[in-house]
Parts: sequence; C-alpha cells; structure tokens
Amino acid sequence: MSCFRLENVSYRYDKALVLNGVDLRLEPGEILGLFGHNGAGKTTSIKLILGLMTPSQGKVSVLGGEAGDPKISQYIGYLPENVMFYPQLTGREILAHFARLKGANLRQVPELLGQVGLDDAMDARVKTYSKGMRQRLGLAQALLGKPRLLMLDEPTVGLDPIATADLYRLLRTLRDDGTGIVLCSHVLPGVEPYIDRAAILTDGSLKAAGDLASLRRQANMATTLSIEPEGTVAALETVVNDAKASAGLMMRHENGRLHVDVRPAEKMDLVKALMESGQVRDLGIYEPTLEDVYVHFIGSGGLAHRGGAQ
Amino acid sequence: MNSIWTIARKELSDSLRNRWLIAIALVFATLAVGIAWFGAAASGQVGYASTPATIASLASLGIFLIPLIALLLAYDAIVGEEEGGTLLLLMTYPLSRGQLLFGKFLGHGLTLALATLIGFGVAGVAIAILVKDVAVGALAVAMLRFIISTTLLGWSFIALAYVVSVRVSEKPIAAGLALAIWFFFVLIFDLLLLGMLVASQGEFNPELLPWLLLLNPTDIYRLLNIVTFSDSTQLSGVLSLGSDLPIGPNGLWLALVLWFVIPLAGAWALFRGRRI
Repeated sequence: MSCFRLENVSYRYDKALVLNGVDLRLEPGEILGLFGHNGAGKTTSIKLILGLMTPSQGKVSVLGGEAGDPKISQYIGYLPENVMFYPQLTGREILAHFARLKGANLRQVPELLGQVGLDDAMDARVKTYSKGMRQRLGLAQALLGKPRLLMLDEPTVGLDPIATADLYRLLRTLRDDGTGIVLCSHVLPGVEPYIDRAAILTDGSLKAAGDLASLRRQANMATTLSIEPEGTVAALETVVNDAKASAGLMMRHENGRLHVDVRPAEKMDLVKALMESGQVRDLGIYEPTLEDVYVHFIGSGGLAHRGGAQ
Repeated sequence: MNSIWTIARKELSDSLRNRWLIAIALVFATLAVGIAWFGAAASGQVGYASTPATIASLASLGIFLIPLIALLLAYDAIVGEEEGGTLLLLMTYPLSRGQLLFGKFLGHGLTLALATLIGFGVAGVAIAILVKDVAVGALAVAMLRFIISTTLLGWSFIALAYVVSVRVSEKPIAAGLALAIWFFFVLIFDLLLLGMLVASQGEFNPELLPWLLLLNPTDIYRLLNIVTFSDSTQLSGVLSLGSDLPIGPNGLWLALVLWFVIPLAGAWALFRGRRI
C-alpha cells in the first residue's frame, strides 16, 4: 500500500490552474524530495494529500484510504513551513494538546521533546523559544503517534548544522522503520544525500520524478571530468580530442587542470582513453548535483526562481 | 467527542490562564452586589429593595455587558487560529471543522457560564446572608433563572461572533464587525423599531410588531427578566410591545435558545466552505 498516490490530479483556484495532471506516489520506507519554486504547486500538492482541499480532477489516495479521512489523518505527521504554536503555552502543554487530538499516548510527549533536544525547555513558554526551538517542537509534533506518512515542509529552517544532521539521522531511522517521508526544502545541496527520490514541480506540472541517477539520465546532463595532467595540458587536450566520439564536448583550463564536460554515454570511453594515455596524474569525476538537475528541469525561466526554489 | 472536549479544555484553560474567567466573575459579582444595594439610590433609597427590582436592574446592565464580553471572548476564535498559523496544523489532525467549532463553543460557553454562575451566584449568596427577611427560596429561583438567561444571551453573542470569525481573514476586521454587532443589537435595534413605529404613524401591522422583538436576543432577555419576575406594567419603550406577544415565558426561553443554535449552525456552514 502506497503512502500516497496522486493520479492525474489537477486543481483549479478560481480560474487559474494551480496543478495540472500530476501523477506522483510515495512508498513506505522512502524519502521523497518535493521541489519547486514559489507557486509551482508544491503546497497545493501537500494540502491535497493532507485532505485540506479536494482536487478539481483526478484521484488522491492516502495510506489506502481517502485524503482527509480522520482515520487516515491519525497516521499522518505534518510539519508546516514556519510552524507556529500558541505562545502562552509551554512546549509540553502544546505537545500534550496535539497528542490528545491525535489520540497518541501522553507518555510520548516527554520522550519526543527529549528526542528533539528540548528536554530543558519543555516547561518554558513557547513565546520564549527561538525559531530553531519552535522548529524542533514542530518536528516533535509531527512525530506524535508514530506516523506512517510524514510530510515536512522546510524542516531545516532555523536549525543549526548539528541539529540539521540530527534531523536527517532521525529521518533515516524512521525511513528504515517503514515511514514514508516527503521532504520539501529549498536547500537542495544539503538534502541530496538523504532523499531516495526527487519530484520537480514547475507551474503546476510535474517536470520530472525519480531517483537522482534516473533524473540525471533523463536530463542527459554532462558529467565533468577534472584532470590533472602528468605532462602538459596541451598533450592532454590531444588525448581528449583523439578520444572524442561526438561533437559538443566542452573543455576549459583552470588552475593547471583540464575540465571536460562529457555526455554520460561517452564518459567511460573517455576515462578509458585518458587512463591508457599515461597523461593523467589525477582524475576527478563530478556528476550533476541535485541543484544542477533542478535548474535543468525548471528551464531558463526557472533561473529567476532559483532564489525561491522551494 | 474527545476531540471536541480537547479543544474546549484548551479554551477553558486559556480563560483561566489569562484570568478572563476570574475577571468576568469579579465584575459580575461587584456589579450585582452594587446594584442590589445601591440600585435605587437615585430615588433616595439605599439598601436592598426587592428581588424583582434587583433582577430587572441586573438585566438592564446585563444587556450592555454580556454581549460585549461574549463578543470579545469569541471574535477571534477561528480567524485568530488562522492568523496565528495554527488553523492549518489543526486541520491536518483527526479533527473535523465542526468538532473544532463546537469545541471552541463549548470552551467559550463554559467560561461564560462559569463566570456568570460564580459572579452572580456569589452576589445571590451575599444577598441571602446579609439581607434580613429576604425570601431565600424565591431569591434562589430568581437568581437561577437570571443566571441561565444571562448565559443563554452570552452564548447567542458567542455564536454571532463565530459567524464573523469564520467569515473574515483578519482579526482587526473581526473585532470591528463584533463591535458593530454589539452596537446594532444593543443600541440601534430598538431605536429602529421605535423609528418604524413613529414613521408609520400606527399604520404598521400591530400583530406583527411584537414579534419583531424576537429578532433581537437582548430584547428577549429583557422580556424574560422583567415579565417573568414582575408584571408587564413595568415594561417601557419598545419592550411594552412584548406584553402583546402570545408566546409566554416558555416561548421566550425557546427563542433565546434558538438565538445561539441558529447562528452556531450558520457559522458551521460557513466554516465548512472556508478555504484554508
């Protein structure tokens, strides 16, 4: 049973088509990164999965049931972007309130607060919390009742590097226990090692979805070889030119190294030729990052959105 | 039911924490005792006059105070959650919009009911202890009726505040509309009715006119607390029309109940259609 499944889902807000025929799914034990610029349809997708809105077209199923069904909501944890709580209550009181609403065991409250590092602040009022502490409280709230589907919108905002690393470790543990996790973040480089698949939304349409390797294949983006020559750069250039199997190969010099952009299909042939030439002292291979793939899929117009790639 | 009670419990504990409940109860107790002893001071008489006179004076004060307190207590029930960023989160929990609204109503309603019971109850006890020759049984019944009708009046304005709160998207707008509701029902409505009477020069359907009083919960409340406890000769102004109402006290009680049930149902219907 999938954690959620969007089948040809469209959503219209007044006359604007906010989401257009999106097909997307999440399986248990998987972390999906959901990326898109502001207005791409990311929040709408989340709200549809949470059952806060109904699609204009298509079908949304969550944990084998209907989105928004209270029996299903019990198994969903959600951390909204810029999570806010009642400032006059303490962290413990807030978590107890939400635990009661979810029907979760109240013994989970101090456990979770400890897990997110709020043991010392659980009896302080939330109005005294820093942004990072509020975010950690939000995470504890999302983890109430051992959710089978966890949806985290910008979970690392306000967290320091250590807390961020702790968060990702925790997410991996949850994933290994079978929880399906959706991670929306604009900090793409930081997210890359922790997601199993990525989905890229632009203007309400799903541009691409899959694991990073398949996204790289879909994008057919160049891999960069960074080569330190044994002799001269010119001699190395000759080797590269001789091994070149197709047009469009890009070369540039930088700090005494030769950088060559090569199509994925030709990468291994070039590496083999270089190694056999005896002209290579050191070789680095740089695959396109998630950020590169993201920029590729959102297109040149997307560059304007890069600052808000959320 | 558990979810409704969880929401109600939070509202109730908020009222205790921010001292709303104790403040309202204190205001009620002080005013009630003051009115009981000094209500007839203008006519040169100091001291407890009579139970009906005290109840009538309290009711006259209540129509100004209770709606205002109820509106202040409840105007941000939903819009406040939305502005505070918690409404979206709440709606992702196994909690329907109806459960959230009814939970809020239960919490606010209990706050007002407790404040009324404690405030006026303390005053009633003080009267029973301090006033010689007062018929304690009659006083208890009168105070109980007054407390119940006051609570119902408060609930009707809480429900009206919810209609505003689920409809608007900003707290200041909700506060402005809540004040407009208070202004309309407490100050304007009777003037409009009087104006209509004068303008029509008695041509207005005399059978319909008394029924118009039922369109204002504060008029129903005053009718209940004056007609029930004394004779109709004490009715003045537009309230004198109330003596022509053929429904009696039971009908007035029912009308006051409907005044919170209908707006609450309306608020629920509006809330269900609200985009979050």
